[in-house]
Amino acid sequence: MTTTIDNPVMRPVTTIPVPVTTYLTPDGQLVSSVPVGASYADGSPLEWGDPLVPGAVVLDEQVAPRASWSGVVRAGQVLTIVDVGGNQSGDCLLYNAHHTDERYSAPDTLAWQDNAYIRTGTVLRSNLGRALMTVVGNEIDRQDTIGGACSRESNTLRYGHHVMYHHGCRENFLTEGAKHGLGMRDIVSNINWFMNVPVEEDGALGIVDGMSAPGKRVALRAEIDTLVLISNCPQMNNPCNDFNPTPLRMIVSEPDVDYEADA
Amino acid sequence: MAPVADHSTDTVLNARADARAQGGQVSDWMPYLPASTSPFCPDDVDPESLTWAETVAPGSYTHKVLARGTRFRLEDPTGEACAHTLVYNALEPTERLNVADTQKIPWQAYLGAGHPLLSGDGRVLATILTDTSGRHDAFCGTSTAAWNALRYGTALPEGPAPAGRDLFVKAAAKHGLGPADVPPSVSFFQGVRVAEDGSFDWFGSSGAGTSVELVAELPLIVLIANVPHPRDPRPEYIVGPLRVHAWRTPETTPTTPADERFDASPEVRRAYLNTLDYAEARGL
Repeated sequence: MTTTIDNPVMRPVTTIPVPVTTYLTPDGQLVSSVPVGASYADGSPLEWGDPLVPGAVVLDEQVAPRASWSGVVRAGQVLTIVDVGGNQSGDCLLYNAHHTDERYSAPDTLAWQDNAYIRTGTVLRSNLGRALMTVVGNEIDRQDTIGGACSRESNTLRYGHHVMYHHGCRENFLTEGAKHGLGMRDIVSNINWFMNVPVEEDGALGIVDGMSAPGKRVALRAEIDTLVLISNCPQMNNPCNDFNPTPLRMIVSEPDVDYEADA
Repeated sequence: MAPVADHSTDTVLNARADARAQGGQVSDWMPYLPASTSPFCPDDVDPESLTWAETVAPGSYTHKVLARGTRFRLEDPTGEACAHTLVYNALEPTERLNVADTQKIPWQAYLGAGHPLLSGDGRVLATILTDTSGRHDAFCGTSTAAWNALRYGTALPEGPAPAGRDLFVKAAAKHGLGPADVPPSVSFFQGVRVAEDGSFDWFGSSGAGTSVELVAELPLIVLIANVPHPRDPRPEYIVGPLRVHAWRTPETTPTTPADERFDASPEVRRAYLNTLDYAEARGL
């Protein structure tokens, strides 16, 4: 299947490296607060992909490594997220676009479907138990909603206080949420697209090497108008992005009228 | 005969006498005031040290602000309680239970003795000190009205099958918090386990008479909704009473470096360091 992307709003691909905060040491050495390697290595394979469903593209944007993104997906539209560089965690929160007190609920999503992982067919539910979006396409075995978001604060627990000034997903959620009147109380347990968090028999749980690859996609059909927040995870201390942060591509489509989703 | 026949309330004085005649009765579920009069004070606790004593009705909720260092014990006398629980830093309630960090930071999904209840701010709000149940859950949260309507045919807050979230919303409101301040919760006394394919195996209760005891590492707002676990497979809305006791003595302190649990793991050690740092800076 080929899909023509007629894209009036496409932003240019953000070039790498990202701007960094630097200072000069007394001996003239340039030092940055951004960890070495926080932008992807030269030669990293990038697959920009296509929408996972046929239809007219109404929005097509790239999210630079480490950056945040938000957009409203109208009821019936489908959001395709492309894991451009592979194993790049896209931390994600969802809200009823018209009444943000109603927001994504990881426990309701899991309890309703009686399963701890997100797969094709998973209904992403709100804290009222209502459907916000449905996973209508998914090219990796399972998606995570247990592992939560990294933050400056939790980084100090996991890695030590020396990482306090590393960027984190909660920082991105606060930056992006503020554009929509959202703050600390609005950040709840999130989804991590393309991240791998197995739960072992004895309850051992953790972020391990990903199962995704360049160009792998997930597609979400909005059941109501949904505000989507994304943090393109900047974590440099665990494998949620292969220690090589890469871009994400966000494509919103109006599916063709004869399109029938698997779910 | 309608209850009205039992009452003489035609004048203010009669109505007052009628109302006052109702005092002093005992219910199977009620708070005990002063707390030292609790008929169910745990054997190992001095009744005079109690600051909260209550039997929470099935299908209802309770809430309290607790001083830092307070011990609080939840007991399941019938094996049917399910204590859906939220904790907040009472001084800055934007700091609240973060279930994802509570599972991820200790690298362990299942709650038990020694497990910290972490906020999203890198601090420990409460620590589970003892646990004789072992059947708790941090995956499924509590019930919603939509879920209970589906499961039990009704979810009216005033009806026989209220949803946990609706009770949390009311409890939170009594501390100036709104619906957006009700995040995912944990539940005690009814558990699930994750199978290899991700499905939840119902683990249920470990029977009557179990308890969990926690310590407040910071001043806490505690909200508890006592409703069936959302994955309870039984078709009926079944939940038992929940007993709550909290106490404070010169010996009941937050976790300090002198406690073995302070150094249980590098992650939890840094979480306690962050908590003590916050308390010190605030002059607690």
